[in-house]
Amino acid sequence: MTKRRLVPLIFERSAPGRRGYRLPDLDVPEVPVTELIPSEFLRDEPPALPEVSELEVVRHYTQLSRLNHGVDVGFYPLGSCTMKYNPRVHEDVTSLPGFAAIHPYQPEETVQGALELIYNLSEYLAVISGLHATTLQPAAGAHGELTGLMVMKAYHEQRGEGHRNEVIIPDSAHGTNPASCAMVGYKVVEVPSNERGAVDVEALKGLVGPNTAGLMLTNPNTLGLFDENICEIAELIHDAGGLLYYDGANANAIMGIARPGDMGFDIVHFNLHKTFYTPHGGGGPGAGPIVVCKDLAQFLPGPVVAKEGDRYTFVTPENSIGRVRSFYGNFLVYARAYAYIMSHGGKGLREVSETAVLHANYMMNKLKDVYQLPYDRTCMHEFVLSGKWQKERHGVRTLDIAKRLLDYGYHAPTVYFPMVVDEAIMIEPTETEPKSTLDEFIEVMRTIAEEAETNPELVTSAPHTTPLKRLDESRAARQPILRWEKA
Amino acid sequence: MRYLPLTQEERKEMLQSLGVDKIDDLFTSIPQQMRLNTDLDLPEPLAEAELVRHFSELASKNNDLKSSVSFLGAGSYDHLIPSAIKHLVGRGEFLTAYTPYQPEITQGVLQSIFEYQTLICELTGMEASNASMYDGASALAEAALMACAATRRELVVLPASLHPEWRDVVRLYLESQNVSIAYLPYDEATGVVDAKAMEDISWSEAACVVVQQPNFFGLLENVGVFKKVAEESGALLVMAVDPISLSLLKSPGELGADIVVGDGQSLGNAMGFGGPSLGFFATTGTKLIRRMPGRVVGETVDTDGTTGFVLTLQTREQHIRREKATSNICSNQALNALMAAIYLSLMGKEGFKDVGYQCLQKANYMKQRLLEIDGLSSPFSAPSFREFVIEGDVDWEEVNMRLAEHGFVGGLPLERFGQPGRVLFSVTEARTKDEIDSYVNLLRGLIS
Repeated sequence: MTKRRLVPLIFERSAPGRRGYRLPDLDVPEVPVTELIPSEFLRDEPPALPEVSELEVVRHYTQLSRLNHGVDVGFYPLGSCTMKYNPRVHEDVTSLPGFAAIHPYQPEETVQGALELIYNLSEYLAVISGLHATTLQPAAGAHGELTGLMVMKAYHEQRGEGHRNEVIIPDSAHGTNPASCAMVGYKVVEVPSNERGAVDVEALKGLVGPNTAGLMLTNPNTLGLFDENICEIAELIHDAGGLLYYDGANANAIMGIARPGDMGFDIVHFNLHKTFYTPHGGGGPGAGPIVVCKDLAQFLPGPVVAKEGDRYTFVTPENSIGRVRSFYGNFLVYARAYAYIMSHGGKGLREVSETAVLHANYMMNKLKDVYQLPYDRTCMHEFVLSGKWQKERHGVRTLDIAKRLLDYGYHAPTVYFPMVVDEAIMIEPTETEPKSTLDEFIEVMRTIAEEAETNPELVTSAPHTTPLKRLDESRAARQPILRWEKA
Repeated sequence: MRYLPLTQEERKEMLQSLGVDKIDDLFTSIPQQMRLNTDLDLPEPLAEAELVRHFSELASKNNDLKSSVSFLGAGSYDHLIPSAIKHLVGRGEFLTAYTPYQPEITQGVLQSIFEYQTLICELTGMEASNASMYDGASALAEAALMACAATRRELVVLPASLHPEWRDVVRLYLESQNVSIAYLPYDEATGVVDAKAMEDISWSEAACVVVQQPNFFGLLENVGVFKKVAEESGALLVMAVDPISLSLLKSPGELGADIVVGDGQSLGNAMGFGGPSLGFFATTGTKLIRRMPGRVVGETVDTDGTTGFVLTLQTREQHIRREKATSNICSNQALNALMAAIYLSLMGKEGFKDVGYQCLQKANYMKQRLLEIDGLSSPFSAPSFREFVIEGDVDWEEVNMRLAEHGFVGGLPLERFGQPGRVLFSVTEARTKDEIDSYVNLLRGLIS
């Protein structure tokens, strides 16, 4: 039986002998391949790649793109992911050959512009975070976490305190935090949230001790709430000899308003694809630079860029942990973040965060009568509702609400996270949306709450208007089909 | 600011609806003593036209390889990139989407990843591929860790002929988990690892043995030597491969590899000063597949029975398993993987073979021309693919500086990797005979 598909696979468009690209004719004298490479190294048949024309390729991927929702298509209030507008000029300036067509091993004299960009961006991120030194090598937020924890470990080892092996993490934290700890052999100690959604300081007091390596905190946290006790928390951790790690996933709330360094954090990672306008690309590439305090600069991965007179040069920090990636990280991604900082300046970044916070509060305030708001406080750049009322009263779950939103042309918020909220719906509107979009979305959320009451079946069977209906995820996991096979 | 659409009037209205007078009132949860009282000390904002000028000025301080001729490789390659790629990946539906959490409205990204996974399986001869990782080096580090978890052993055997930066990345990842590393020396005459090198390793403790094909010097390793020790000891065979070489070389699957990784930059991705690119990761057998790090896309059906795609095998991942996950990675390099997939589709079966064939022929032509110069020799005897090492009593940094005036970037002096007098050349299909001849003639004039 042939499978019914929305768009055939590229392999299904293939016809033997068809080609989509022609190389210039070979202009050097040829030598039989087997004289250069013994035949036991050679494959009998080239890989079975599809054989399609350029038009077929262009049409195939254009058709696929039309099945996809992006910020360019519509509102994307995916909490904790900061799906804001991605300026097109960033695409233009980073595709200049002077950036896109340079090799990482060119002599430094021939890439001074690239080094200058790295140097400036490193400085600016230090200014924004209130910390001292930057590495741009980590390729994503989770990669930044890993790097930061490696730096933390190197710091304790240098002080002869390598026995410190516990990292304290709130129960509301991103899953990457504990997973990153495991990657460096650290034990995770979970601290509960209090009734205000913040770290329970009394509980924390009982958890810090001689084995505390540090604490990882997202602030504002994953509930979109600023942890007011941060001073006390920082003091507790520092007094115990630990370090404070700032998960920058929610930095969009605080730019120009407060700096992690001033809050007592020692290590920060930024998600440039969230806070700093670089496109998410369907899941990547991102960039997750870390910025550290003065004492930790010696441990950063190398190389970093230093300025000597008018000249920029690569140097490796004195006690560098080594490398977390080849070359210098996702250069063309962080070059976009540099463009973003340059087009906003200090005042502009502050206005970004102010607007993001205003938008979130405006929306939260207009929804909290129809969806339960577990922590009714002024929020930062995002807020978390609960679908508890809909579940208990009408049997409509958060997943159903999320799917129903797709029918109205929106991407769904982040759902079922953070885990401290039952049936969580995490909404992050961002600063780049016009008020009309916020109002329309509020209206639709209210309509869905009404539908849940009057016609729950409409919501539980959603989506109805999307290219595909609900997909069978458990079947995909039970009988994994991870590649196409020729029939 | 430029991307903030809120008008003063709307702002006022929104504040009013919240019952506050000013924006500051929304930030009262931030303790006063840690609030910033001044603007961040950053340059004044640039308008779009000024931003373009600023970037053009920075770019002009870089010597780009569209206007000069480069023989640099070592992990980043100047291959031809078909025009269609940038137009397709520039579509906002791909560019401005995120990880496909809502499959009903993200089939575009999901299907493109499923096709990418299939293409990687075709190249490597493996059963399953993940959705891609940060780069080749970190993918190799993850492969080594996966081998440790799968075998419950804590020794990883690396060849000394591995790319030095990849070795550094792997070392850091492994040391963080207290995994030991043993190194296999390469033979000074052939430039590759031989059976003799395998003798001093305590194989019963080895989780995996790694082979890079071609190795850092561009030479072809005898994978059979690695496979033999792996098979005898129960260690996994991990291959780090160059994807372009797989157009001609036996697939890792045929050679008995358990995990295959590599960097996909050469598949339609810009060099971009080293990033972003993608790391591919493939493996074989149900047990290993379920230990794979990273996102994976699988096929399923919707409630109407139409075939579609979803993220799957998620119980391996951090958002569910937290500290027990197979890795902390929670994204992939989707757009770079898309470039790779479009590249492989445009090249197709025959075109891709041509790319490999032309690299091989042009690299060999240049190598022979260079060896005609008195005083230059080839230190290694093993066969090579697209890169090769040349040796001579020459200051290669100096040579590169002199030839830069003629528009050449030259090869990579290996002095920085502890091999003075040696230089690594990479020759792709993008180089022409004229370019090669001019370079060789200029070099002869300079050093003879």
